[in-house]
Amino acid sequence: MPVAAYPLSLLLLIPAIGAAVVCLLPSGRDRLLKWAALIASLATFLWSAVLFRNFDNQSGSFQMVEQADWFRAAGFQVQYILGLDGISLLLVLLTTVLIPLALLSSWNVKDKLKLYLASILLLEVGILGVFLALDLILFYVFWEVSLIPMYFLIGIWGSRRRIYAAVKFFIYTMAGSLLMLAGIVILYFLLGTGNFDLVEMIGVLRGGEPALSPGMEYALFAMFFLAFAVKVPVFPLHTWLPDAHTEAPTAASVILAGVLLKMGAYGLLRFCLPLFPWASAQLAPAICILALIGIIYGALVAMVQPDLKRLVAYSSVSHLGFVVLGIFSFSFQSMEGAAYQMVNHGVSTGALFLLVGILYDRRHTRRIDEFGGLAHSMPRYSACFFVVLLGSIGLPGLGGFVGEFLILQGTFLTSVPAAAVAVCGVVLSAAYMLWMYQRVFLGRVEKEANRRLPDLSFREGAMLIPAIALSLWMGIGSGTFLRTMDSSIQLLVDRLDQVQNVQVVQNDGS
Amino acid sequence: MDLNYAALLPEILLAVAGILLMLAIPVLPSRQQVRLGYAASLALAAALVTALLQWGDHGPAFFGMVSMDALGGAARILFLVSSAAVALISVSYLKRERLRHGEYFPLLLMATVGMSLMAVSADLIMTFLGLEILSISSYVLAGYRRGDPRSNESALKYFLLGAFSTAFMLYGIALLYGAAGSTKYAGIAEAATQGQAETATFLLGLGLLLVGFGFKAALAPLHVWTPDVYQGAPVPITAHLAVGSKAAVLITLLRLLHQVFPASADQWQTLLWIASAATMIIGNVAALTQTDVKRLLAYSSIAHAGYILLGVIANSPRGAQGVLFYLAAYSLMTLGAFAVVQVFARREERFTKLEDFRGIGYRHPLLSVSLTIFLLSLIGIPPTAGFYGKLFLFSAAVEADLVALVILAVLASAVGLYYYLQLIVLMFMKEAASPPEPVPVPLAARIVILLMAAGTLYLGVYPAQVLSIAGEAAGL
Repeated sequence: MPVAAYPLSLLLLIPAIGAAVVCLLPSGRDRLLKWAALIASLATFLWSAVLFRNFDNQSGSFQMVEQADWFRAAGFQVQYILGLDGISLLLVLLTTVLIPLALLSSWNVKDKLKLYLASILLLEVGILGVFLALDLILFYVFWEVSLIPMYFLIGIWGSRRRIYAAVKFFIYTMAGSLLMLAGIVILYFLLGTGNFDLVEMIGVLRGGEPALSPGMEYALFAMFFLAFAVKVPVFPLHTWLPDAHTEAPTAASVILAGVLLKMGAYGLLRFCLPLFPWASAQLAPAICILALIGIIYGALVAMVQPDLKRLVAYSSVSHLGFVVLGIFSFSFQSMEGAAYQMVNHGVSTGALFLLVGILYDRRHTRRIDEFGGLAHSMPRYSACFFVVLLGSIGLPGLGGFVGEFLILQGTFLTSVPAAAVAVCGVVLSAAYMLWMYQRVFLGRVEKEANRRLPDLSFREGAMLIPAIALSLWMGIGSGTFLRTMDSSIQLLVDRLDQVQNVQVVQNDGS
Repeated sequence: MDLNYAALLPEILLAVAGILLMLAIPVLPSRQQVRLGYAASLALAAALVTALLQWGDHGPAFFGMVSMDALGGAARILFLVSSAAVALISVSYLKRERLRHGEYFPLLLMATVGMSLMAVSADLIMTFLGLEILSISSYVLAGYRRGDPRSNESALKYFLLGAFSTAFMLYGIALLYGAAGSTKYAGIAEAATQGQAETATFLLGLGLLLVGFGFKAALAPLHVWTPDVYQGAPVPITAHLAVGSKAAVLITLLRLLHQVFPASADQWQTLLWIASAATMIIGNVAALTQTDVKRLLAYSSIAHAGYILLGVIANSPRGAQGVLFYLAAYSLMTLGAFAVVQVFARREERFTKLEDFRGIGYRHPLLSVSLTIFLLSLIGIPPTAGFYGKLFLFSAAVEADLVALVILAVLASAVGLYYYLQLIVLMFMKEAASPPEPVPVPLAARIVILLMAAGTLYLGVYPAQVLSIAGEAAGL
């Protein structure tokens, strides 16, 4: 059912207008600026909720598609194609949910507020564009557009080593993206579609004659995969992540961990697998091993971090390892689990960064040994932290469980050893998280500074409640969300299955 | 075959204007000399209008010494725009530096005549004359800050090495004449197809010609003069050297190789492949350690010439289209960047160190935001002109099976990220060290900066029009 003539463009337009309004409002009126930005982000969220309601679960292909020529000149055609399917829908929702929370978390920012708010809204445009674009050039444009605001967010409002972190983030990402650009151009000429329409390209690849030689498919897969793997990040390309997450301001950490990393995993699902199914399948074992290393390595390194934010950052490396494992385990369950885990990780890690930010606002330190016994002085905060933490380590009843379970189940079907190693990751994640909780919240208050910390304020509660509620909902009512993905994942699995020598474990209907 | 003066109307207009301005110098009281700059800008604007009106004209003129076609027409427009921007940022520059306006603008107009003649030339002698008019004017302009030893060094180095390379080129032309029996493009091309292309004389001639062009276009390993010359020259002249002059050489090279020497493609493609790879790598790597913004942009311009060669090596209309589009994009962003540097350098060009840009982000939003746009475009990030420039070049190169060189270009530009970012970091992410000195932004410079920024964004959002013009010029 069409809800408007250009539903998806509108989704991009609302935050863009918000950014423009923020820029035009007089600087100095801080409250006005913050409210304008918040209202724009809430309006985006409401509109995405409308889209969610109007989404047709039965169809696995793209919905609400908007297609128009962007320009066509001298044999070159770039199109403006937006579309929504089960894989992108939840990521869009995740983005629109997290941005208002991120804005709420930055209520105390005073320095260059206007630029700050405009950057966040612009970032939202870029991220949503990445999830909606179906033309490779358009996708690339949004992919890069999301890079600049984040670079400034880290570099201007970050903490001590912010510049190092920002430049590292930028160079890692951009080096990968440039390779992808070369890959896009090569693909364009090999397929001879005359345009960059993703659906059309996949159509050409599906039909009869193999359009790519094995060597070329490997090479192109590598070009795309590197760009996405940097973003995910896949071990050993993860080294930018702890720096960027730790140095970024709270809101940027939330967005970075919550949605920016998902752009990489989304790229794998949306581009790497359907465009290069054969190469994906051939390289899947190697990538799974990297993912497993990431899971275990991330968890072990997280365990010994003295800094709360770094701990959460390394836990992301570990959790994203699960997502990559799920994607490359080539079974219906594991892929659906990976897509689900992306969303869940966004919610729970986003919330964890919000929580760490709250603590940092009060004590201006994130060192674990500076705390202890916070449960006495901040009972509500500690309770919220605990719930979010349980969601992150995958306790049944919360979102993390569903995603991890599906991934492990699907992996088990294709490779028992891989699943066995991954299970260790689950155990380790419980260990480092709970140990951290014990050191920060339990026991007696040792430091005088921790004795009289104010508990959650109304604003802080307002940004945590939605995240916790969502985590609960995703744990208990997972059907609501899984249903939206089924058909699209099935379509992807069919695409892979149809390639010779690629075995995908099908959905057994459970 | 006849004279057909009308074909060269823009060039004639500029030459006459240049002579008139020179005559005006002794007559005009010194306080009025500022007007010379505006007069020169007007002459450039008039020439631009004429060139635009002549867009679409075809056919030979001056007894076949020049030939009008879409490529020449498009190139001419590009040079005129570039020179007009240079003239506009020069006016306030000369006033600020208390330099004589007198000879400056006639020389700039003459340089433009030279570039323009190169673009429409159909004869190696004509090409050589155009190049010499351009070069000799540029030698003098590079040393225009007579009181500054660096400017003297710049002019002398440029002159000596330039003269050296000219000799190479002339020798090459002589050999080609010996082999082909003609200096006309058409005659050489015809001789090449009749078996001359394989003779040693012909190939040696072509090789020497390429050496000469390599010098002028600052292709590695013949680029070593560039940083010193760019650093010492007055900023607007650096912009002229990096944009107009370089574009003129590259477009002439493109025309020669694609139209005159396609029969020897195997030979020159190999040579340029190596030159392109070396230029991209050396330009980007050497820029990493620069501390002066003029030197940094000098190395950056070297690197960009390396990318542009991709389109030349492709040896296809699409390659030529990519080159032209890239040159348009490159001109906008480089002129804009130099305009910002010109304004920011202040009296006696004291502030050209990278460190001087510390923390200016919020103090001078116009300068810092537009410089950021230019730098992002030089990196090649959408939605800026540089992105589509790279896209079109890369796709032409991929189409011509130059995948390895494209990958190399990608890796080299990944190296380049660092130094462009460094400047953005300094502007926005570091605190200013010392209390600020005001930066007056004269109106003309402001207009140039804003126009270039708008153009950079326009090409980044909607490249279609310029792309089809480039396609038409490339014969697509």
